[in-house]
Amino acid sequence: MQPLSLNGVTIDDSFAEAFDMAATGLVITAPTARWAEIAARTMTGFATSVIACGVEAGIDRELSPDETPDGRPGFRVLMFGFDGKGLEMQIQNRVGQCVLTSPGSACFAGLDGTKKLKLGATLRFFGDGNQISKRLGGTHYWRVPVMDGEFLVEHSTGLSESAIGGGNLLILGRSHAEVLEASEAAVAAASTVADVILPFPGGIVRSGSKVGSKYKALIASTNNAFCPVLRGDPGSELDAETDCVMELVMDGLSFEAIRESMRRGLHAACAFGPEHGILRISAGNYGGNLGRHHFKLRDLI
Amino acid sequence: MAALVFRLRAAPPERLDLSALTPAGLVGLDRAAIAALVVGTTKHAPTVGDLFEVSGDDPGEIVFEGGSDRLDRIGAGLTGSARITVVGDAGLDVGAGMKGGAIRVTGSALHRAGAGMTGGLLTIGGDAGDFTGGTAASGAMAGQAGGIIVVSGRVGDRAGDRMRRGLLVAIAGTGAHAGARMSGGTIVTAELGAEPGTLMKRGTLVAGRHGDLGPTFVPAGRYELPFLRLLARHIATTVPVAAGLIPERALRWRGDMAALGKGEILVAAG
Repeated sequence: MQPLSLNGVTIDDSFAEAFDMAATGLVITAPTARWAEIAARTMTGFATSVIACGVEAGIDRELSPDETPDGRPGFRVLMFGFDGKGLEMQIQNRVGQCVLTSPGSACFAGLDGTKKLKLGATLRFFGDGNQISKRLGGTHYWRVPVMDGEFLVEHSTGLSESAIGGGNLLILGRSHAEVLEASEAAVAAASTVADVILPFPGGIVRSGSKVGSKYKALIASTNNAFCPVLRGDPGSELDAETDCVMELVMDGLSFEAIRESMRRGLHAACAFGPEHGILRISAGNYGGNLGRHHFKLRDLI
Repeated sequence: MAALVFRLRAAPPERLDLSALTPAGLVGLDRAAIAALVVGTTKHAPTVGDLFEVSGDDPGEIVFEGGSDRLDRIGAGLTGSARITVVGDAGLDVGAGMKGGAIRVTGSALHRAGAGMTGGLLTIGGDAGDFTGGTAASGAMAGQAGGIIVVSGRVGDRAGDRMRRGLLVAIAGTGAHAGARMSGGTIVTAELGAEPGTLMKRGTLVAGRHGDLGPTFVPAGRYELPFLRLLARHIATTVPVAAGLIPERALRWRGDMAALGKGEILVAAG
């Protein structure tokens, strides 16, 4: 069989293994796009991995004033967790500490769904009895008095229980600088797909992990097979040319969205080609038995 | 099926109670049974057949042609998705207590239009009387508690009396004491009459200008509230003719401090 390749870059005949997750979305607005972004970035900070952060969160996309409920600039944020209960707690803490506190902000549902998660339903109590309930059409809002005016917040947001977390790409190349440049381009391309976030710093993980550790207390540890400094170990996946590996991780509301995001990321990275140090693309999986969703790289070329 | 049309033959000799002429009141009745319904309110007891020419057969789409301010209680307690159109004026209590459906009056209405309603849409092309969206009867605990009332002209005094939810739009203006004893909901108008919000506990009045304010309203700052933008968008889709009534920047009067003081009057501010 012919080995897979794209623009001279070897594509492993492998797959990314992804998991069912619960997800919700929020729309955060402010008087200016700058302050909407500050609120959105702050509330999605420290939200890279659900295991240690409680949630995986990120900005899905910027919204024009026409697209937001209150006609101001905004950002749509997506949050992925194990279940609705955990997401509800994360909403309460993160919106309460990072959006409610941000100047001029307002917060609305960013996802439809028959199942609802509490949003303003709990945050309204900050008003200490002075909160104002407003129902417009079928939607319930709260107006909470704050020092710069009012925090406007929707009563609830939607819950999706058919979201997927763990789509990924591994970008293997010659040098750190070249792989970082290609990975940044891949993140930019992968982020153009709606309903997908890349929760890691700048969309990139450099510390991919394997399950388990020699230390009993750790449930995950460094991914020996893709660590260039551990070449020579049995099981190393890297050849003599590959001095750097970076990973992109995608969470999305649907299989198709993640697949498209991976496809765009893969093509953007491969566009650099071996002449710019990009040698190979792979994907992370656990043998296929842990996650229900498999994204085969051969389908993305 | 064609709309069920009640064409008034001549000016009614007395006040009429037309609350039975709704889909719920007419279900299962044939033309003769409808004609035999008593709609008068005196011992003369005139029937539908005595006063109206009836045509059509769809009780989900009712039309009253030839209006009069003696046509009381049209669409009172209306439910579901029925539609009632009044070509001309309506009397007292049009749409009072309605829970759903839509009523459109092309002319004006007398007092208590939409009083105590909890859902649906009531549209009045002309003016409306006192207690529009207010309490349906003396001592009622709540006025309008849902739905939308749109009056193209002016409403009388005490519009939205004891209102607790929903939207009342009086495009041209209101009489005195709009939103009196209000406990929720929103009233939108170009101009509030004298002493708006008397004894209001909660709720929102939005206006371009207002008459004399009582001393128990406190100025509480000028804001570009996101809520007003939200309200403007809601009104632009539900009541497009009123879209221009919502100011971007408003002076907030808080009150009535003689009651709970959690209500507000938002007045356009430069």
